[in-house]
Amino acid sequence: MSHTDIHAYLAEFDDIPGTRVFTAKRARQGYHLNQFAMSLMKAENRERFKADERAYLDDWAISEEAKLAVLARDYNALLDMGGNIYFLSKLFSTDGIAFAEAVSTMTDMSWPEYRQMMLEGGRSPEGVRSIREGR
Amino acid sequence: MARITAGVGSSHVPLLGVAHDQGKERDDYFGPIFAGYDWTREWEKREKPDVVILVYNDHASAFDMKIIPTFAIGCGERYAPADEGWGPRKVPDVIGHPDLAWHIAQSLVLDEFDMTIINEMDVDHGLTVPLSMMFGACEQWPTTVIPLAVNVVTYPPPSGNRCWALGEAIARAVESFPEDLNVQIWGTGGMSHQLQGARAGLINPEWDNRFLDLLEADNDAVRHIPHIEYLRETGSEGIEMVMWLIMRGALGPRVKTLHRHYHVPCSNTAIGHIVLAPD
Ligand SMILES: [Fe+2]
Repeated sequence: MSHTDIHAYLAEFDDIPGTRVFTAKRARQGYHLNQFAMSLMKAENRERFKADERAYLDDWAISEEAKLAVLARDYNALLDMGGNIYFLSKLFSTDGIAFAEAVSTMTDMSWPEYRQMMLEGGRSPEGVRSIREGR
Repeated sequence: MARITAGVGSSHVPLLGVAHDQGKERDDYFGPIFAGYDWTREWEKREKPDVVILVYNDHASAFDMKIIPTFAIGCGERYAPADEGWGPRKVPDVIGHPDLAWHIAQSLVLDEFDMTIINEMDVDHGLTVPLSMMFGACEQWPTTVIPLAVNVVTYPPPSGNRCWALGEAIARAVESFPEDLNVQIWGTGGMSHQLQGARAGLINPEWDNRFLDLLEADNDAVRHIPHIEYLRETGSEGIEMVMWLIMRGALGPRVKTLHRHYHVPCSNTAIGHIVLAPD
């Protein structure tokens, strides 16, 4: 049996560029945001949300900042506020946009540029494995 | 006596389900992906498994943030495809095998794997996409299925080492089931992909193929890969590959490779597929 030091285990996650690992800290911070997104699994909730997004959001115990980020579909901001991509995916499927297109909005690329990068084999891991080690 | 006759590893990208459901399996984009499953579809027709223990993860479908089981086993009679936000996939309900599932669940707990038992849930693309990949279109799935859901969303997921050991324990449990059953175990998810943040789109074919090599190897080195290596090398969602280790652990020390396939891209993801048999 291995005995992993939880502090060292978690600290390494901050060394990965452009990545938020969904730790307990994020899961706690984003709890209601993620549960809001989860509610969009139900067709009747999707309809209510589409009819008046702001009113629907006001039923949830999430911060004003998070509500504005939902309205703006600012996925990087939502990740920073504890959103998890599998939960947030309920929001982009409600919008009827492809998973990859929503993902592209978190990068510095346009959707056509991102799609082309994927067709060409995706993003290389070179240089984006570790901030500290620059590899 | 029930026996595990083969292990299958496969990506379970939701877009593959869309391609299948919309008849796009042979177009220019999806053709090279599905071609790599033709061998397996023919092989499955000959193998006719009675039960597939299908290791997968739920993607915020049956489980939300309220309850997060690390390892959960489906002991129910049947499972409907989940509505993941665009209506449920129009594929058959998944028929369980409660007798074997409960036998495995009880055996695992006595073997010190403290499983969560599920009697009712819907199953998402993580489970239904691999069924479509391996069996194609059908009125009814040609096998019963025991869903085995693993938390790979909220950290920490189980270690690779623990996944491998769970696989070993599942094999012991299957072998002690008196009925004569042909059982397969599938590990799904991966391969390299990152669905979030500025690093999204990361693909690492060298690492993925080394992982496949390690699955084929006559040793268990692959179980010791730490989470951080999956994250750095294969993207934040590449961690799903730990689920393949449950499959591999269940096959015993030596395996032979029956089939292997790798393709980039499918949406954001690298597609990997392997069929192994205990040797
Ligand atoms: Fe997945």
